[in-house]
Amino acid sequence: MRRIELAIAALLVSSAVASIAFVVVYVSGADTQALGGTLGAGLALLAAALILASRRLFPSAPAVEERHEFAKPPEDPGATMGPAAERSEGLAGEIESPALQITRRRLLAGAAGVAGTALGAALIVPAASLGPAIDGRLSRSPWSAGIRLVDEDDAPISPARIGERGFVTAFPEGANKRELAAPVIVVRIDPDALDLPAGREGWAPDGLLAYSKICTHAGCAVSIPRSPLYPPQAPRPALVCPCHFSTFDPARGAEVIFGPAGRALPQLPLAIDAEGNLVAAGGLSGDVGPSWRDVEGGT
Amino acid sequence: MSRGREVERRAGFTQRAIRWVDDRTGSVPAARKVLRYVFPDHWTFVLGEIALYSFVVLVATGIFLTLFFEPSTSRVTYDGSYGPLQGFTVSKAFASTMDLSFDVKGGLLMRQTHHWAALVFVAAIALHLMRIFFTGAFRKPRDVNYYVGLTMLMIVIVEGYAGYSLLDDLLSGMGLAIGNAVALSFPIFGADLSTLIWDGQFPGSDEFMSRLFIAHVLIFPVLIAGLLSVHLWMVARPHHTQFAGPGKTERNAVGSPLWPIYALRSIGLFFAVAAVLFALGGLIQINPIWQWGPYDPYRATNAAQPDWYLGWLIGALRLMPPLEIRAFGWTLVPNPFFGGALFPLLLFAFLYAWPALERRITGDRRLHNLLDRPRDNPMRTAIGAAVLTFTVIVFFAGSSDRVFLEAGIPYEGQIVALRIAVLVAPVIVFWIVKRTCEDLRRTNAHPLRDFPGRVVRRTPSGGYEPEP
Repeated sequence: MRRIELAIAALLVSSAVASIAFVVVYVSGADTQALGGTLGAGLALLAAALILASRRLFPSAPAVEERHEFAKPPEDPGATMGPAAERSEGLAGEIESPALQITRRRLLAGAAGVAGTALGAALIVPAASLGPAIDGRLSRSPWSAGIRLVDEDDAPISPARIGERGFVTAFPEGANKRELAAPVIVVRIDPDALDLPAGREGWAPDGLLAYSKICTHAGCAVSIPRSPLYPPQAPRPALVCPCHFSTFDPARGAEVIFGPAGRALPQLPLAIDAEGNLVAAGGLSGDVGPSWRDVEGGT
Repeated sequence: MSRGREVERRAGFTQRAIRWVDDRTGSVPAARKVLRYVFPDHWTFVLGEIALYSFVVLVATGIFLTLFFEPSTSRVTYDGSYGPLQGFTVSKAFASTMDLSFDVKGGLLMRQTHHWAALVFVAAIALHLMRIFFTGAFRKPRDVNYYVGLTMLMIVIVEGYAGYSLLDDLLSGMGLAIGNAVALSFPIFGADLSTLIWDGQFPGSDEFMSRLFIAHVLIFPVLIAGLLSVHLWMVARPHHTQFAGPGKTERNAVGSPLWPIYALRSIGLFFAVAAVLFALGGLIQINPIWQWGPYDPYRATNAAQPDWYLGWLIGALRLMPPLEIRAFGWTLVPNPFFGGALFPLLLFAFLYAWPALERRITGDRRLHNLLDRPRDNPMRTAIGAAVLTFTVIVFFAGSSDRVFLEAGIPYEGQIVALRIAVLVAPVIVFWIVKRTCEDLRRTNAHPLRDFPGRVVRRTPSGGYEPEP
């Protein structure tokens, strides 16, 4: 009897070892043969342990159950009658009674627990295949000094196209326009009304300003320009996101003046090149899009 | 004579058929029991059935849609029969939805019916949940089934969002951008969660569309169908609840038997639900993606509204003040977490916790088969009404841009007012509802059903006396 129990425990522990080996193989290169071999071994050893337990651990006298006639409802007083407490006790007794005869229950239960946990880990690990680990891609940006701004049709943008009202959406020349950090919004503000954060002198030639078009709250495109009709009384010019109405002040470095956004839109320093078109004078001033763990905040 | 033989022969056929089945399955005793199963009657009991039958319509129309829809972000030039978009570069998902709508016979009917059915499905579940909550139907022995129902509601909301996000139109693209921001906003593991789901930075790789598709057409529907089966089995096992009344006790169920009264009525209800949904799908336009256009991350439109069951989340995102918790160069809690994740999680945590909380408050651990009227438990009704008020105000914040466009009420003023209202109104509602319930319970009046006044009669001598 004891040798059987030790053998079962050994099978269970071996299954755990094989499952852990699967995790190790997955993490270190994921060779297909090794993956299949280790996972197959883990499952096969578990199967062997259970089948061995069922065949050798319990008395093997055959149990007899009477077959019911279909025509009559089965009469099983234990299953349908009596108060709930008695019924649950009866069922619990039925589940536990054969197990009571086992010696070394704790060894077997522990080994089964280890095998089950290891197999669970092995089965959950392939979920990591779903996506890349976080690397630079969440904060990458196609912008740097000297990149020309182009419109949706890849045409360069001359300052004359940008009026005091409305805005122009621009992209880095040659970049994928669907990339999150690509689109910027270009607006014109009276240079005398500008109040940009320190260190941004010269970022706005002739009052032309460029900010990331992706809202720092939830990632929608900031696409509503607020252009006051009667400047002294009406609210300041603003850029508004239509999803949750975060409102940014383009004259002050796109700081948040209303709504839920937690930080300003990153600014793109602008310059005008020899042909008179808009060009980036540097990279974006901060992280694009919604905040996440590694975003430092500020602008 | 021949007529009598005819009847006998027909009865003989029915009996032979039953015998044939019973010899092979032994199911006759169980079937007889099922046919005599008694359903108590109340109009609120149909809400769950409407949800069930909407799900049937959703599965049927959904299968039709999968035969035409292509879940792919590959770029193609649209050349279908809708003129204004011809020549636009769109995704295959968008183009196939356009073809499904314009160039497949009956396609638009199926698509619009599917969308309407989703709206009705979630609405019926939400109302059903309110019925369960305010009548105490979640009490033992039905508390576990109540948890099953709440779990289904959460899955159903995500399922609906995944469904309309598949089309890759401008509106759903904006919705996915917000969903991505909420995923990113989870403290500690948000960025990992988001990169795992989207396979990189938003708008994600091609695989993202495959994942969204299989989640919408297989994983979530199978989960819903499985939980639905458990839900129905756990409804039938202890039998339905009923309101107190003559002859109704904790130990019986008084109402209509399944066969033939209830079965005919319920199957009739199924056809009525299907009738309304197909009529809506054929007659009332919904989600015309050709008006929204295709999505690119740099596009957006004003006055965009999600499907109604996400209104409370967009409202919460809008109401939240610009708070972000930062320390040591990290953003510990980005803003969308509060409205998009914390608020719904807290609301569902409240709903999950309530049966145990109520047991603790009242000390009542007995089994209950008789329902409470809302007034019978003023504390529960008042707390439920306060939570509901909070949620409804947040929901309306999601429509404040429409209110601005339709009625001209300034957006910023609305938001400031709603931020105050969402904190104040639940307290007032709690107090009013609790007092009202206590009054109603004391006087046992039924203001909606009975004449609340007393008849006064003028006596021959000129005085007045109340009628007895």
